[in-house]
Amino acid sequence: MSTETTSTVAHLGIGDRFRLWWDALARPTQWAVGVPFIVLIALLPIIKPPVLTTVGTDFAGVLAQFGMYALLAIGLNVVVGQAGLLDLGYVGFYAIGAYTVGLLTSPDSPWNQTDSWLSQKWAWLFALPIAIAITAISGLILGSPTLRLRGDYLAIVTLGFGEIVRLLADNLTTITGGGRGLSRIAYPIVGVSESRPTGYFSAGNNQAPITSGVAWFWLSIVLIIVVLLVVGNLQRSRVGRAWVAIREDEDAAEIMGVPTFKFKLWAFLIGASIGGLSGALYAGQVQFVIPTTFNIINSTLFLVAVVLGGQGNKLGVILGAFVIVYLPNFFLGRTELFGIPINGNEIANYKYLFFGLALIVLLIFRPQGLFPARQKLLAYGREVYVAARRAALALTRPTSDETTGGSR
Amino acid sequence: MSVLAVAGGQLLADSVISFDLGALARNFWALTIDGLTYGAIYALVAVGYTLVYGVLRLINFAHSEIFMLGMFGQYATLMLLGFGPSGNAYSEGTMMTIVYLGIAMLGGMAVAGGAAVGLERVAYRPLRKRGAPSLVFLITAIGASFVIQEFVHFVLPKLTGGTLGGVNAQQPIRLVQASDVISFANTSISNIEIVIVVSALTLAFAADVFINRTKFGRGIRAVAQDPVTATLMGVSRERIIMLTFLIGGILAGAAALLYTLRVPSGILYSGGFILGIKAFCAAVLGGIGNLRGALLGGLLLGVMELYGQALFGTEWRDVVAFVLLILVLMFRPTGILGESLGRARA
Repeated sequence: MSTETTSTVAHLGIGDRFRLWWDALARPTQWAVGVPFIVLIALLPIIKPPVLTTVGTDFAGVLAQFGMYALLAIGLNVVVGQAGLLDLGYVGFYAIGAYTVGLLTSPDSPWNQTDSWLSQKWAWLFALPIAIAITAISGLILGSPTLRLRGDYLAIVTLGFGEIVRLLADNLTTITGGGRGLSRIAYPIVGVSESRPTGYFSAGNNQAPITSGVAWFWLSIVLIIVVLLVVGNLQRSRVGRAWVAIREDEDAAEIMGVPTFKFKLWAFLIGASIGGLSGALYAGQVQFVIPTTFNIINSTLFLVAVVLGGQGNKLGVILGAFVIVYLPNFFLGRTELFGIPINGNEIANYKYLFFGLALIVLLIFRPQGLFPARQKLLAYGREVYVAARRAALALTRPTSDETTGGSR
Repeated sequence: MSVLAVAGGQLLADSVISFDLGALARNFWALTIDGLTYGAIYALVAVGYTLVYGVLRLINFAHSEIFMLGMFGQYATLMLLGFGPSGNAYSEGTMMTIVYLGIAMLGGMAVAGGAAVGLERVAYRPLRKRGAPSLVFLITAIGASFVIQEFVHFVLPKLTGGTLGGVNAQQPIRLVQASDVISFANTSISNIEIVIVVSALTLAFAADVFINRTKFGRGIRAVAQDPVTATLMGVSRERIIMLTFLIGGILAGAAALLYTLRVPSGILYSGGFILGIKAFCAAVLGGIGNLRGALLGGLLLGVMELYGQALFGTEWRDVVAFVLLILVLMFRPTGILGESLGRARA
């Protein structure tokens, strides 16, 4: 920091610079840059870029899984990142979403009511809103007694909830099939043809270019965009400001007249329904649910995605989800990387070891995550934000490295 | 308990969950004794959670892994003493068995205590220096938990040539053959149960005396109550934190040996996880930060869990534990005895 400042931008990190550039663009220009970028990402599983593509597993399948994890990370981010409520049992909502679809449409389930009057073609779509609604209700049931608890108590209670959901799925053998799970769950039947007798979304569809993984990946991209728009609008509204207030200081928020309990419950409910949506997608894609998918380790893994990406930053947590899903699969089945021989399967096996180490190191040197959120003046327009941000950075950067937060 | 049972019966059809009051009544004393055995183990592990929480306001999520390392520590100690896995229990005579068990317990304590202090040094101290928010501590703890588990899962078998760690549980080394010592009213108490409950209560009593009567204990309570003032009064906060982790680790190591007496085939890299969560539940039940609360919570959770198991069936045991936790927190949000490590008399 010894050089004299000539321009404020020169002192910014890449993240800040990108943010300033992006926020300064006009709305149509943002679309003009954003849409081709999204299309490019959507085409990734068809292009299969040489180094990026996975060797051991189907690249499209990995990306489809990433789509579901991204939804989970966005949902968990609402609860943890925006409202500051630590939820260690988020996997419970994922499970409820998946099991609702399974119970409604699987032939193994005694509660399968759709067969008699609804064709299998529409069963998944019919079950989707029900899954979201039921997960939202379960969020309400868990939240209304427990959200009066503070911080750490809430964490352990949600952890218990996640475990209870899994154990119920495991133990209620007559309904959920217990450890055997529910199979032959419905999926959307679209685009039936000679080569694809069961449509694009069937797990049996491996006809390139549009395999089942690609179809699910595209569907999840659409849903991610929809959810991002909804969550983004909420964030900029009164609700979002209330969440920030609660996260920063719950007592102060309460005194200032924010109905904290109500807004915490909203955060829980919205987070839960996004988790349920992701669970419903999972059930449709895999067409099979078993309790072991929904254990606590996965719950903590979702939290890792959120923290790694940067709590509160919607795009950051999506990248966090990508890291969580993609990295282990990247090494799977790989015997060399850039000419260096490696034992990819072994590295993939060690994923929790590496994630754990990465978490510890990252949190020591960069506790806000890889892509930290910047607190915006939520109530004002973008132009005001950009101007204020520039001014603030120009003031604080040259004197002290610490005050901008991200580099701590 | 009967209220819960009735509610369970009404909510879910009888064909799904059935409950069996007769089984509970018939085996009441046997269940109580077995529950106390588990509860004593939970209580010892819970003390580690509660002390660290009291001093640092941190859920040390990795404490379950410290316990797991303790199990491996005592196992390794027994191997160094020349014992190996065998189908039948060794018969070394009562005196020698106690000596060997004592040495194994010391081994477990050393490993667990060392690991706890090391964890504090490597993972938590740098965060404290930077004044990180509490969520960051918790997530670091989760990361540390991953690392320790996977270390035992993958790295330890490489270091020891496959004798320790790995995917499968360790072959049990049995020093003690379970045999009934006391019998009354068609209930019998085995020697193992007596050993577990007596040694756990002794250690818990020792911990209580240490916290409430000694100079170090006063330091711990002072830091828990008000770290700034405690520092001004000449208490070294860093040293107290290290001591807290050490005590928690030592008790977890002791609990590890007792647990392997009860569940000889439980020595596995993931074997501490659920037990750790339950011990944490026990600490919260009694009032986290409160030493006696941890003991009460542990015993209560152990006993209730087994009553629930008798009522609903083995597979519902964990559900009973978590539902009990949620119910207690709904009515007493800071646990049965409340948070009060700092406020105990001087």
